[in-house]
Amino acid sequence: MKAFRVETGLVAPMDRANVDTDQIIPKQFLKSIRRTGFGDHLFDAWRFQDEGDVGARLEDRRPDPEFVLNLPRYSDAVILLARDNFGCGSSREHAVWALLEYGFRAVLAPGFADIFFNNCFKNGLLPVVIKEHEADRLFDLVEQNEGFELTVDLPRQSIGLPGGETLGFEIDPMRKRKMLDGLDDIGLTLAHAEAIRDFEHAYYQRRSWLGQ
Amino acid sequence: MPTLYDKIWADHYAGTRSDGEGLLYIDRHLVHEVTSPQAFEGLRLAGRGLWRTQANLATPDHNVPTQRRADGIDGIADPVAREQVVTLDENCRRHGVTQYDIHDIRQGIVHVIGPEQGATLPGMTIVCGDSHTSTHGALAALAQGIGTSEVEHVMATQCLAQSKARNMAVCVAGTLKEGVFAKDLALALIGRIGTGGATGHTIEFMGPAVEALSMEARMTLCNMAIEAGARAGMVAVDDRTLEYVHGRPLAPTGAGWDAAETYWRTLVSDADANWDNEVSLDAADVAPQVTWGTSPEMVVPVDGSAPDPADAPSELAADGIERALGYMGLAPNQPVREIELDRVFIGSCTNSRLEDLRIAAQVVAGKQVAKSVKQALVVPGSGLVKQAAEREGLDRVFTDAGFEWRDAGCSMCLGMNPDRLLPGEHCASTSNRNFEGRQGYRGRTHLVSPAMAAAAAVAGRFVDVRELL
Repeated sequence: MKAFRVETGLVAPMDRANVDTDQIIPKQFLKSIRRTGFGDHLFDAWRFQDEGDVGARLEDRRPDPEFVLNLPRYSDAVILLARDNFGCGSSREHAVWALLEYGFRAVLAPGFADIFFNNCFKNGLLPVVIKEHEADRLFDLVEQNEGFELTVDLPRQSIGLPGGETLGFEIDPMRKRKMLDGLDDIGLTLAHAEAIRDFEHAYYQRRSWLGQ
Repeated sequence: MPTLYDKIWADHYAGTRSDGEGLLYIDRHLVHEVTSPQAFEGLRLAGRGLWRTQANLATPDHNVPTQRRADGIDGIADPVAREQVVTLDENCRRHGVTQYDIHDIRQGIVHVIGPEQGATLPGMTIVCGDSHTSTHGALAALAQGIGTSEVEHVMATQCLAQSKARNMAVCVAGTLKEGVFAKDLALALIGRIGTGGATGHTIEFMGPAVEALSMEARMTLCNMAIEAGARAGMVAVDDRTLEYVHGRPLAPTGAGWDAAETYWRTLVSDADANWDNEVSLDAADVAPQVTWGTSPEMVVPVDGSAPDPADAPSELAADGIERALGYMGLAPNQPVREIELDRVFIGSCTNSRLEDLRIAAQVVAGKQVAKSVKQALVVPGSGLVKQAAEREGLDRVFTDAGFEWRDAGCSMCLGMNPDRLLPGEHCASTSNRNFEGRQGYRGRTHLVSPAMAAAAAVAGRFVDVRELL
């Protein structure tokens, strides 16, 4: 997994509440058995005026010139500013893969759906929970200032604004550490293989019918 | 004192990992073709195997066609979808995982076959790379939807590394009126607390109205818990739970059953359990529900109308309503009864079990699908549901009325197979999500109960099913 420490970059605003993972990556792209190839189809039905399918080439598509990510001022964005309950709906981790592959490293929103939030931490996409009023203000700033950049600093748990002002954010210390180190989750758990085996042994004695 | 969730959590707590995360031991891992290939590939690249092969049970459901099932894999016209189903076959063979494959009568939607086979048992921890895993909580199991990285993690370690969720009680007093079902109750709840209303929580549904629900209706309710943002939904064990489980192919028997029953009877929240959040509803207040918009929380009773953005509490909310109305092709204040329907879909992990099909058949018996409806589909949740329905003659009731009777799969719930809406079409659907494009590119979904979908098929628009009963 890609580690996350500090990222500075352009911010793109996604000014809609309850953005679901069906929008982030529509179902037709879930037929792929690979982990890559999703970035070109991020927000496919919103980004393009034609219906996309697996293998469609970007140069053959008709981008919607009004969709926010198609505006030239946001073309190199690495931070996505979003509204509440971002990533709700389907458990598809493809949504996180698509955001990362497109170039995003962090998503700032007042709230995230649980499964999406969890999936972010497995892949090095940092979801940052900000306050509603901070979101309102950041949306205004992004809109008013072309080239608006933020610095997301995970070790300091802060979001740096251009004038030097910073906003703090909370993050679970365990998740923070894993994100900073880019640790392999399975490796971490397998270090406890013996404890799991001991538990399992006692468990199947206690719940004998499950071994039938 | 502990809740049901606290009890199952404690019973499966295998230890604390070095980074402080809890390790929750997983009894059952359900596998399907869409979210598993990258996980199997991850195991291969790392040289890892399955921790406990027999904990895994697989079936293809999202991509499978619902017609000409005898053609098997060759019946999947889309080569990319076919490769995914073939990949599941290969992965299951390589790792020795039991699969109910495309030819197996037991094949079906993963959340239908788990309870049906007794692969889902009370007190279990269950995961699947699919958000609607919450369905299995109807049997007092702790069932969670997970992403592909966690699928791989569970395959390799038999554990989920996670922190505990908070407890939410949803208490439903009273009795559901005739013609009002678990689906309506779920939609009414989501309409009230919103799609993020239960984020970070496990919901336990309780109260007289929940106790009165059949097991299949409880599955519908728990299925929709994820649409309220919950990590899981559950219902405590009672006699009905045990009756349902008894005799299932993978359920314990003899002395094993006796031991299990003794334990399962304890799977209820203590009377003085601590709840982080409580919501109360009165079942008598719930009318048949219809979603008008592009989120399950955009829902009104059948006599209701789409909202007016001018009445919205904030600019952001007004924008959301306006956008949804535009997508759905509706005007502010338009009554949902005026919506003309192009297609009707009865199926999905929410509403494709035998009871759902019986209720819908009762509504359409002796009637005809309206001429204005281009297609009305019934897609049973599993091969065995299909077989049982056919034994009762339900297939004839549907086909005589003008419905198509299909083979089992997820089908038009998400349109990964050929069953899809065309742009602009309105569909009365018994599925779980009315997101933009969910049932087909630019399609327009209205979520309803099977009874309401059946009534809508006959009328060609939404009507209060209670007028037909």
